[in-house]
Amino acid sequence: MARGEVRALSGWRTSEVVGVRAETATARTLSLRVPDWPGSLAGQHVDVRLTAPDGYQAVRSYSLASPALAPADEVVVEIGVELLDDGEVSPFLVEEVRPGDVLEVTGPLGGWFTWDPDRDGGPVQLVGGGSGVVPLLSVVRTHAALGSPVPLRLLQSTRTPAAAMYRDELEQRAGQDSGFALTEVWTREAPPGDPRPPGRLDAALLAAATVPAAQRPTCYVCGPTPFVEVVADLLVAAGHPAARVRTERFGG
Amino acid sequence: MDDEQRPAPSPVTRGFTGRRRAPAAALPPGQYVTEEFPVLSAGPTPRVEQDDWRFSVTTETGSSHHWDWNGLHALPRERVEVDLHCVTRWSKFGTHWSGYSLDTLLERVETTAAYAMVHSYGGYTTNLPVADLRGGRAWIVDGYDGRPLDPVHGGPARLLVPHLYLWKSAKWVSGITLSHTEELGFWERAGYHPAGDPWREERYAL
Repeated sequence: MARGEVRALSGWRTSEVVGVRAETATARTLSLRVPDWPGSLAGQHVDVRLTAPDGYQAVRSYSLASPALAPADEVVVEIGVELLDDGEVSPFLVEEVRPGDVLEVTGPLGGWFTWDPDRDGGPVQLVGGGSGVVPLLSVVRTHAALGSPVPLRLLQSTRTPAAAMYRDELEQRAGQDSGFALTEVWTREAPPGDPRPPGRLDAALLAAATVPAAQRPTCYVCGPTPFVEVVADLLVAAGHPAARVRTERFGG
Repeated sequence: MDDEQRPAPSPVTRGFTGRRRAPAAALPPGQYVTEEFPVLSAGPTPRVEQDDWRFSVTTETGSSHHWDWNGLHALPRERVEVDLHCVTRWSKFGTHWSGYSLDTLLERVETTAAYAMVHSYGGYTTNLPVADLRGGRAWIVDGYDGRPLDPVHGGPARLLVPHLYLWKSAKWVSGITLSHTEELGFWERAGYHPAGDPWREERYAL
């Protein structure tokens, strides 16, 4: 990518929380109204800054769930936030924040874990673990908004149905869009009637539920570090060139 | 005019109090302290065996110096305790590493080059001034916390340049190319700052 094609916004912009939606018991989607948006690609993130009354500040990065957005004087973007044990910022964003609150945003950020159909061409394979689905939803929404003809598959691994973020939307989109295929893997508890007993992703399931290496997809893997390590290794073992496997690791 | 140029104060976020766990003097602006050791890599973790590991320094004239695993371990070994600062905003204090100073590795390398491009197994690159590799501030490390360095953290050996953001401390390091001209590495081409000094908060190329 040419340098400067994906630009960070210079400076922090005051942003109002305009929507709070519960996705699971521990995850929220926040809608933020952000001024001076320079445009964003699917898969990017923003930095969010909170300021306490005494001036103390804390900053964290959150993935955009929104599809790619054109430059605009003002946009509403969605970020997905999951509560982290012992977190400093996520407990506030998940349990405390409400519409009308103000915080600051800079971004969009990230120039690698992004899907740009003009640049990346060819089929797309997404593999998500838990809340790693957030930037992948951005890709799915972008694919739908563009009416993109390239095949898109998402293999999403989640502990239990109760912990699944964006499940209804993903299943609905998979049902409507013949270019998008969704496979859900449940590691601890499967929904009633699911043909596969709960268990972790393995090579056989990956082979059955992903775009074959011969079709040269660009792969995007996002989730907790151990999950990403395992999946990236499986993809390389299945013949995907390492340079076509893009990863984003959440947490420690 | 001065008033217009001064940034507006940040609005207070209702209900947010936060924690103040870090001694402020040791924490660069915009960072928070973690006890964990998060992993951030752009792609799969390369697996490199010690027997296959090679490290090279190539100068601006094209001459090159090579070390294999045994050659590296014939050099004087150093132990260092340093703080780490990642551009994704976590900092980790008091980490223990062991390895080989770049001062030692560059001792016999004849060069007047100002810029270095660091290469890794797996194709990663990052750029920095040669000056940042000298003066007891940069190492090739293969030990972390008294143990061999885990592949997810860059083993068998990585660069360690703790006074810059951690993306400059290339994991799975394979070589350094010296040059009179500055070129940009992997993240630097993707919008990150060419220098990456955490104390100046050089995160992004704006």
